Amino acid sequence: MSELTRRSVLRGAVTGVAAAAFTGVALGLPVALAARGTGNDTGNDIDNTAGSVPHTGPEAFDETYRGRRIHGAPQAAGGHHHGGPGYAVFVDGKELHVMQNADSSWISVVNHYETFATPRAAARAAVLELQGAALVPVAV
Amino acid sequence: MAVRQNQANLTAAQKRAFTDVVLELKRSGRYDDFVTTHNAFIMSDVDNGERVGHRSPSFLPWHRRFLLEFEQALQSVDSSVMLPYWDWTRDRTASASLWGADFLGGDGRASDAQVTTGPFAFNSGRWAVNVRVDSRNYLRRQLGGGGRPLPTRAEVDSVLAMPVYDMAPWNSQSNGFRNHLEGWRGVNLHNRVHVWVGGQMGTGVSPNDPVFWLHHCFIDKLWADWQRLHPTSPYLPAAGTPDVVDLRDTMKPWNDITPADLLDHTSRYTYA
Repeated sequence: MSELTRRSVLRGAVTGVAAAAFTGVALGLPVALAARGTGNDTGNDIDNTAGSVPHTGPEAFDETYRGRRIHGAPQAAGGHHHGGPGYAVFVDGKELHVMQNADSSWISVVNHYETFATPRAAARAAVLELQGAALVPVAV
Repeated sequence: MAVRQNQANLTAAQKRAFTDVVLELKRSGRYDDFVTTHNAFIMSDVDNGERVGHRSPSFLPWHRRFLLEFEQALQSVDSSVMLPYWDWTRDRTASASLWGADFLGGDGRASDAQVTTGPFAFNSGRWAVNVRVDSRNYLRRQLGGGGRPLPTRAEVDSVLAMPVYDMAPWNSQSNGFRNHLEGWRGVNLHNRVHVWVGGQMGTGVSPNDPVFWLHHCFIDKLWADWQRLHPTSPYLPAAGTPDVVDLRDTMKPWNDITPADLLDHTSRYTYA
């Protein structure tokens, strides 16, 4: 078994893109979301749970990670998303189904049996898992 | 009596019969219906809302019924076939006979995690992944790629020792046997095995990998083992719990069977 596991790749890669992530949020989103996303950003993208408004869940993000655009944002109440506070995540514009656990950790349909501290961490794990493949709508 | 065996003890003929029948269900389209059902539940079961198949007390009876339905489908093709189980505390490396080309096939290749050996390799022409969350239509695995080894027997025993079936809030935060077996809390048994296999097994469409059934068959056996260790410990909750399947509530998608109906497996099959 390789010592360079998917998880260690994920952990090793996060620090390097923190600055890019911050820039992406500031430049890439509509004003309202950008203001929310940058309000209290510490650049810690492992656990980036937006301290300014904790009761509404994690803040928006928008970045390029390993060549894929990943972005996520809170959704208006009454949307079709379930599993906690409304929040949607996208990889190259295709929605990644995510769900928040009761302990506030996150999972996605691509990594459904391991938990991540934030939607951004779940999105990055999905990018590694996808190995360049595109998400497709899931028939339910 | 119908006996579910350890996969490590199957004869070559039994392995062949099992994979042949799985391939026939795939060819007929029935296999993919099971994948669709599983994914529908995994995407809709939520900690703070209705939950049936996962992250809830009915995780165990729901999968027991799901496996019975799959086993009955297998037997509609070949009445001699039973589900085998994978004891991942014993057969815990990629070199186990489970992953042989005469059974489930091996690890995915480095470039794209594609399984290239065995009857379920894409290039065999008989196993396209149709119910999927991304564009890849080939079976993938990254055995051990998640970074943690498979659970040990000592870890399993520590969970089997827990005397209470499940506890409020009856979800992924619960203490008790069910959630520790499922793996959202503690040493992590069931969830960790999905991650260890990788590929589709790590996703919501995990039944795309036939090892799904062997993994869940062992989880089902562990539930039976736990019942023998704690004969007076009941399924919980008993009644009146919102969003959760109580002992005598019917379970979706079947709507005609309750956890109470599934507590005793011995009328249907036994474990060797």
